[in-house]
Amino acid sequence: MTRPTPETLAHRANPATVAAAASASAVASPVPTSGAGSLVRSLEALGVEVAFGIPGGAILPAYDPLYDSKVRHILVRHEQGAGHAATGYAQATGKVGVCIATSGPGATNLVTPIADAYMDSVPIVAITGQVARPAIGTDAFQEADIQGITLPITKHNFLVQTAEEIPRILSEAFHLASTGRPGPVLVDIPKDVLQAQTTFTWPPALDLPGYRPTLHPHGKQIREAARLIAAAKRPVLYVGGGVLKAGATDGLRKLAELTGIPVVTTLMALGAFPDSHPQHLGMPGMHGSVPAVYALQKSDLLITLGARFDDRVTGKLDSFAPDAKVVHADIDPAEIGKNRHADVPIVGDARHVIDELIAAVGAGNEKNSYEAWWATLNDLRERYPLGYEEPTDGTLAPQYVIERIGELVGPDAIYVAGVGQHQMWASQFIKYEKPATWLNSGGAGTMGYAVPAAMGAKVGKPDTPVWAIDGDGCFQMTNQELATCALEGIPVKIAVINNGNLGMVRQWQTLFYDGRYSNTELGTHKHRIPDFVKLAEALGCIGLRCESKDDVDKIIKQAMEINDAPVVIDFTVGKDAMVWPMVPAGTSNDEILFARDVRPAFEEDDL
Amino acid sequence: MNRHTLSVLVENKPSVLARVSGLFSRRGFNIDSLAVGETENPDVSRITIVVNADSSPLEQVTKQLNKLVNVLKIVELDPQQSVQRELLLVKVRADRAQRSQVLETVELFRARVIDVAPDTLTIEATGNPDKLDALLRDLEPYGIKEMVQSGLVAIGRGSRSITTGPALRAA
Repeated sequence: MTRPTPETLAHRANPATVAAAASASAVASPVPTSGAGSLVRSLEALGVEVAFGIPGGAILPAYDPLYDSKVRHILVRHEQGAGHAATGYAQATGKVGVCIATSGPGATNLVTPIADAYMDSVPIVAITGQVARPAIGTDAFQEADIQGITLPITKHNFLVQTAEEIPRILSEAFHLASTGRPGPVLVDIPKDVLQAQTTFTWPPALDLPGYRPTLHPHGKQIREAARLIAAAKRPVLYVGGGVLKAGATDGLRKLAELTGIPVVTTLMALGAFPDSHPQHLGMPGMHGSVPAVYALQKSDLLITLGARFDDRVTGKLDSFAPDAKVVHADIDPAEIGKNRHADVPIVGDARHVIDELIAAVGAGNEKNSYEAWWATLNDLRERYPLGYEEPTDGTLAPQYVIERIGELVGPDAIYVAGVGQHQMWASQFIKYEKPATWLNSGGAGTMGYAVPAAMGAKVGKPDTPVWAIDGDGCFQMTNQELATCALEGIPVKIAVINNGNLGMVRQWQTLFYDGRYSNTELGTHKHRIPDFVKLAEALGCIGLRCESKDDVDKIIKQAMEINDAPVVIDFTVGKDAMVWPMVPAGTSNDEILFARDVRPAFEEDDL
Repeated sequence: MNRHTLSVLVENKPSVLARVSGLFSRRGFNIDSLAVGETENPDVSRITIVVNADSSPLEQVTKQLNKLVNVLKIVELDPQQSVQRELLLVKVRADRAQRSQVLETVELFRARVIDVAPDTLTIEATGNPDKLDALLRDLEPYGIKEMVQSGLVAIGRGSRSITTGPALRAA
């Protein structure tokens, strides 16, 4: 068997040439072409390097001009893989990810990744074929009203009516996806529109009279925020994914260091502020660190930047941070005041907000040392560090495996998690120092996200090691994309944290359902079905297995040395490990458990 | 809970009404009444929505509406500062014995008879919801065979126009 290598795949477009092509893409005099030709030319003019997809009846006309296009098309094995790959690509590169599917089931298979991208505000454009216009509404073969289906899970969507509007709609789709609060946009194109004769000119004029995202914050609100910051005794910078999306991480660091205020980064913001920074308290929320959860809970001022008071962060909302005033900055005005009243609402792009906050805070105030606040937080950090217990039954600790991967692979790699225990451990035990090194499905919690998202990330960042930390449950949902990776020369690493169970569900059954393990045992331990090593090999990957602590480093290093094929490692770990700390669902953050039945002792009188 | 009247200017395009109405149900708001039609600018439609909500959820729904790409502008119309009208068509039992009494009621409410049959009268009335409710109450004893009501439409009093704000210039 010959595996393609990145070197043999010479058709991968170089970003620099694409950028140059985009600026030189003007087509002033109309060029005759088909709707499909206009679509592919539009994608080229928009600087698209790569699209993930699967052809089928209704979208077939588009695949003909795509055949000679400089846009690299990666043929995936399931449309869900195309969607998550576009998301992984977008999260790793900051560019718009593109996925393509045919009508009906092709389009509905994109629903999960589109919903996922919507919840995590990821800029992707999904292009779907639709049955020909005269057949719309007749329950034609492979017809689905994908525009209607995706109304609630897209930032916007289009059903193209004529071939003439294709360049404009594609342009609008990319503009909408990537500006303001980013998000998925779907463009549904009937087959007869793709086949129709038209002319192509570029660039088109956008027609979006109702779309005017506010980027620059109001000066009065910034001054008001600065005033509250100056008066606060126990402030916290509550940082969400918006800071990463805005490219505001340098500013954030400056603001934090200028003010000396403690920082917490949400699951979507890991990497926005270095984990190693002394002002970083970790991640807040259901499985957040004790100091991070406590800091929000006891704060008198939350400086909220690009975060949205998600229920997994706040716990029981009416008992969340009861003494805190709230400065809430977000590019989406609808987030402000949605879950928690904002004393100072700031609408704007996080980069501008932070830059102006730096100016306002720097102008009026001298650095406050927050001595008492830091003393309390440092004491908590010392007493309640993130950690785990070695299993007593001789099994391999999943946390150890993940910690060692982070340690050996280092902070320059991209880590992509599935959803569940392994995701939480990957958020806790890998140290993130840089933006766009941690990809996960935060809002939607989509099991099966990791393999295709890692594929997309690796395509976008071919020179960066990409490690998926996956679970045995998640892995079985989307591992078919490893065939794509093997054939297309996308050498990702997949560490399957195989505990033989749907681990997070099992943890809840242990804690809240009297250990009644209803339907969580997967048989990947007991019966070794499937055998992940054999499965990996069948999919054209290298399969490795690790069952003992002594082999962990050796096998990780072995995987790191393989760069011409995807690698799957079956880390066979114990099934009883649990994710701690934990705020049980629906309870107050005050109820945080450091370990089973262990509540941290907070010295309330200190405050 | 309070009734609020929202005038929503939208691009006159397919699927826009589905986007607006879907948003209300998705975010857990009930629409009391909805009316939609073209404006003086054929590229722009105006949706008048009456919604029952407290002011803070209403603010949230307004913000969510504003996020819809096809929504151009939203104005809440104060009942004191606007004229609000519904249209009512009602078929009332009116045989020879009752007819003159029914016609008296029609007269009183400045409604109009638009169809006559041997045993019924069909009446057209416009007015604010309170007036139409009162009319229906008065007609009820005769026997209402069928009725249909439009959504409420509303327009601000005075010379100012909500369609000429800066939000619409690009349209």
